[in-house]
Amino acid sequence: MVNCEQVWREVSNYLEGEVDPALRSAMDEHFRTCARCKSVMEGTRNVVALYGDERMLDVPSGFSRRLEKRLAQGGRVGRGWSTWSAWLVPVAALALIVGTLGLARSETLNHPLKSEHAQPGHDIPPDMLVVVTAGANLFHAAGCEFIHNKNTERTVTAKEAIREGYVPCLRCMRKYLHTVQARLLGVDSQMNEREVVEAEDFPGAGR
Amino acid sequence: MTSNIPAVNNPGEAVGTREQHLISQVQRGQHELFYELVRPYERRVYAAALAILRNEADAEDAAQEAMLKAFANIRQFRAEARFSTWLIQITVNEALMRRRRERTVVMEGIDDRRDDEADYAPRDFADWREIPSEALERKEIRQRLAAALGTLDRKYREVFVLRDMEHLNIQETAEALGISVGSVKTRLLRARLMLRDLLAAGWEQGWFSRLPFEKGSKPW
Repeated sequence: MVNCEQVWREVSNYLEGEVDPALRSAMDEHFRTCARCKSVMEGTRNVVALYGDERMLDVPSGFSRRLEKRLAQGGRVGRGWSTWSAWLVPVAALALIVGTLGLARSETLNHPLKSEHAQPGHDIPPDMLVVVTAGANLFHAAGCEFIHNKNTERTVTAKEAIREGYVPCLRCMRKYLHTVQARLLGVDSQMNEREVVEAEDFPGAGR
Repeated sequence: MTSNIPAVNNPGEAVGTREQHLISQVQRGQHELFYELVRPYERRVYAAALAILRNEADAEDAAQEAMLKAFANIRQFRAEARFSTWLIQITVNEALMRRRRERTVVMEGIDDRRDDEADYAPRDFADWREIPSEALERKEIRQRLAAALGTLDRKYREVFVLRDMEHLNIQETAEALGISVGSVKTRLLRARLMLRDLLAAGWEQGWFSRLPFEKGSKPW
């Protein structure tokens, strides 16, 4: 014979099948006569069945995709992934970042851009000779009709002009701007060709 | 990517053979098959991490990290163990390690000093009306059950999740959590009885009111 308290203590083991045969028989007998303990046992068995169902294992939306992506990234670390080689990834990434920053620093401005509306330009040959003037924001190809303060003209390389914060003239240096707006508007191809010729005609233009 | 898996007639055997085949392929260097190997267990891995960390973002990160660690150590896996158990144990280790780093463990640690052996008396003795497994089709029900589980103290919740949701055996649960078999049994009993009481209370609050029970009768 077992009492209710004993049944409650053993109900989990009973469901696990981890009670000896004598105790199991005594508990079975108890359940036949005690509705309360039978309720406890059946409710507990239901809890185990419900929570043990695969459907209870929810994952956040996108979990599988993110996991696969991370595994793919981790897998690229290489065969025999080990502690030391795992460090190669962040170290290489850091080196790349430092190198890129250093390169960017060498190529970018020593001064802030002289105009907030300026376009920095792309693929400008660094040794191309350009004209800058005092109090102006732009650098130009020699002979550009939009050069102001011509009496202060200086001829420098494009690299030097950029370092000083000058930006390409929107007219004579258009080919180096490649702005989104220019692409959207569809810059006149003949105009581009003419300006390319102008730039290339410039003595010492380096291309 | 799929692998060239030999056909097997018995479905259960097929799963085991397929898994063994995948494991050996990954161990031999076909790393791209690793996701295929672990995909059936991703929900269990996440649930194990969530039971310990209780935060979805942390659990997901821990689950991913555990998978990466499993990948890194796949050559150490031996066929005598169940792959799923090995994976869950790595996940539990990862989650426990993360939790130890969190200050919250200090707060939760107070719980652990309570007497594990204290008896828990069920509170509700009305006739139990079984909640059918079809109820789990409803997301709302799953959320209710998950919320009830979330109210359990950590030590009960962890044992319950590993044993009853992850289906580790008692010994494996004890090893994964670093506690004795006796503690697993005691905590499991208490967790199950507490959840039973919580679901009984949930019935009275109408959680399962749309389930097909006899009209006008209490569920128990």
